[in-house]
Amino acid sequence: MTQAVVDRLKAQFEERVRETSDAFGDHELVVAVKDWVEVAQFMKDDGDLQMDHFIDLTAIDYPERESARFDVVLMLRSSVTGARIRMRTYVQDGEEPGTLSEIWSGANWAEREIWDMFGIKFDGHPDMRRILLYEEFVGHPLRKDYPIDKAQPLVPYREVDDTQKLPPFGIEEGQPFARIDWESRLAGGDNQVSPAIGVQQGQRRALSDSEAAQQIQARIAERMAKDE
Amino acid sequence: MGELKVIGGGGEVAVTTRLSDLLQWARKWSLFQYPFVTACCGMEFMATAAPRYDIARFGAEAPRFSPRQSDVLWIVGTISQRQGPVVRRIWEQMADPKWVIAFGTCASCGGFYDNYATIPGVDKVIPVDVYIPGCPPRPEAVLDALMLLQDKIQANDRKPIIVPPRLVPERAPGRTGEGHS
Ligand code: SF4
Repeated sequence: MTQAVVDRLKAQFEERVRETSDAFGDHELVVAVKDWVEVAQFMKDDGDLQMDHFIDLTAIDYPERESARFDVVLMLRSSVTGARIRMRTYVQDGEEPGTLSEIWSGANWAEREIWDMFGIKFDGHPDMRRILLYEEFVGHPLRKDYPIDKAQPLVPYREVDDTQKLPPFGIEEGQPFARIDWESRLAGGDNQVSPAIGVQQGQRRALSDSEAAQQIQARIAERMAKDE
Repeated sequence: MGELKVIGGGGEVAVTTRLSDLLQWARKWSLFQYPFVTACCGMEFMATAAPRYDIARFGAEAPRFSPRQSDVLWIVGTISQRQGPVVRRIWEQMADPKWVIAFGTCASCGGFYDNYATIPGVDKVIPVDVYIPGCPPRPEAVLDALMLLQDKIQANDRKPIIVPPRLVPERAPGRTGEGHS
């Protein structure tokens, strides 16, 4: 059924449908940025297609790709025929595809999210502001070149030298999570607590090298021995 | 309540103590809460507040949705960078004496949200008195936290403290099949 959508679009737009694929039964077509809005409008309005259900609009960053850095991907469904289709376009950094918010109003927030996370603007969008992050935020965090551990606090962090003990806690204190030391991880180490936080109070780094953990381990062994 | 002296005689009894002890005692049994509930931990917070666990026993059941009327700020859930200023302002609006409980791993240290969006522990923005580990913590741990906080209030102790685990979980009844027939 979804193949019929692709066929219909191919018949209508001919070589302007640049590529098609059907991996795992999901039909997809690729169009140029300049055809983006026109094809979308056609899918909504055409009597055979009636793609009235806007599922999602998202983007993917491929920083190593020279031709066009981003994919923008639109997912649609027809509540009349049940067909689904995915449309993709390749967008260069700084290029502005047209907005779909006039066609499906749901696209309004999705496009704002793409602007927020990837820094792709949409031409003609009525309200092109960040939607999840704050205006003070610099950069776009889902770009792959955004530093993985860079936070941009709105309130300066407290100076906390005077407190006795701070999280992250040791695993033996019921705290299974710890911050990851990415630099060490990438260099092949496995330190769980990032130096920035761990150094604050001489935080323990692993389950095994804390005294409390050894005590618990000893208690378990003791009780097991008694039970036997 | 500190040292109590009972003075009896003539069928009447009077009790003396220090004023500060009496005040702390009154405070610890009337902890009006401001629940700042942002994420999944809220479910366990609701469970704790429901009749089965009955935090009215601790005089801490009354939520006040104005920070000016509350004594304890419960930070329940993940705090994003964007919420930082909000949390800070709410804490500043509370009248002294005030206490803060970080409920769950996210509020305590950011949990597994190790990224651009999340404050790695609300103590980066406001001081915390009691940390409750767990994702989410069980209501028992929450009640433990409440009792710890009461002890701290009575002792006038402002050092941050972490709720310790109750049991070695592997040996808890039922886990090993012991309790089942
Ligand atoms: S600690 Fe776990 S349950 Fe609580 S808010 Fe964080 S992710 Fe949710």
